Amino acid sequence: MYAWIFRNLPGPLWLRILEALILIAAIVLLLMMYVFPWLNQYISPFTDSTIGQSTP
Amino acid sequence: MNRTATAQGRRMQRRQPSAGNRIAGFFGELLITLGILLMLYVVWELWWTNIDSAQAQKEVTANLVQELGDVKVPEINEEEEEEKDYGPAPVTELVPGETFGIMYFPRFGANGSHHPVTYGVEDHVIDNLGIGHYPTTQQPGELGNFAVAAHRQTHGQVFWDIDKLQDGDKIYLQTAEGYYTYTWYATEIVAPSNGDVLLPTPHQWGVEPTKSILTMTTCHPKYSTQQRMIAYSELTDWRPLDAGPPQEIRDMVIDATS
Repeated sequence: MYAWIFRNLPGPLWLRILEALILIAAIVLLLMMYVFPWLNQYISPFTDSTIGQSTP
Repeated sequence: MNRTATAQGRRMQRRQPSAGNRIAGFFGELLITLGILLMLYVVWELWWTNIDSAQAQKEVTANLVQELGDVKVPEINEEEEEEKDYGPAPVTELVPGETFGIMYFPRFGANGSHHPVTYGVEDHVIDNLGIGHYPTTQQPGELGNFAVAAHRQTHGQVFWDIDKLQDGDKIYLQTAEGYYTYTWYATEIVAPSNGDVLLPTPHQWGVEPTKSILTMTTCHPKYSTQQRMIAYSELTDWRPLDAGPPQEIRDMVIDATS
């Protein structure tokens, strides 16, 4: 999968390495800024600090 | 020439793995990806949420500071100033959805900390805005229980040091009405379902409150939601905004509001 993606990036080797790094950074940012905050509504291992009432 | 030929030969070999190899390779990569995703989630929860929360808290604090106006630090004899009694504390009327105050904790962190206090304890409040006030409990200055919640860890970890409170420690609340001084007197650990701690007189149903207290609730132990740690403080002093911040938090207030 990853080998296939890397082989199919355009440009010479140094450019492909750069492209791969940018791709990784973009995916991590996407996860941190949108995916995980959204996911947090459904799984929150230790974020419920309130007491005695059902938090909406 | 020779080198290229060898490299090509090797690539040819690599390009024709058996079907079993390819499937195993694919699942291997899938598992590695899952592992990395889980690790990233932990990084997000433990580290990134603190940064997000700090940013959001900074924004609402800045907005509130504008509403409160400049901090006045009068140039009078300090000791005299400290002893002055400004009478009973007025009630800060709370409006749903609004950030109404800043709490100062000289005990927390290396040099104390401060966090905004907002109406409500929904996730969007305490995940992003620091401290949330239970709307079913009393308002600051009212007789009874002014109860708030904040995270122990992640999302700003506002009450991380709550177990460090000791005799004589003060917690200050700055609102449009002035500076409320609360003095810590007890901490207990209860089950998450124990809503009695939010009663006007904690744990006592139907008992008319005789004093104003501040109740802080958070997670316990650290990195878990198994129990709740509850810290109680009593309203011991109040001064108007015009009188300037109490001596202990003077620098913190100037720092927070500048």
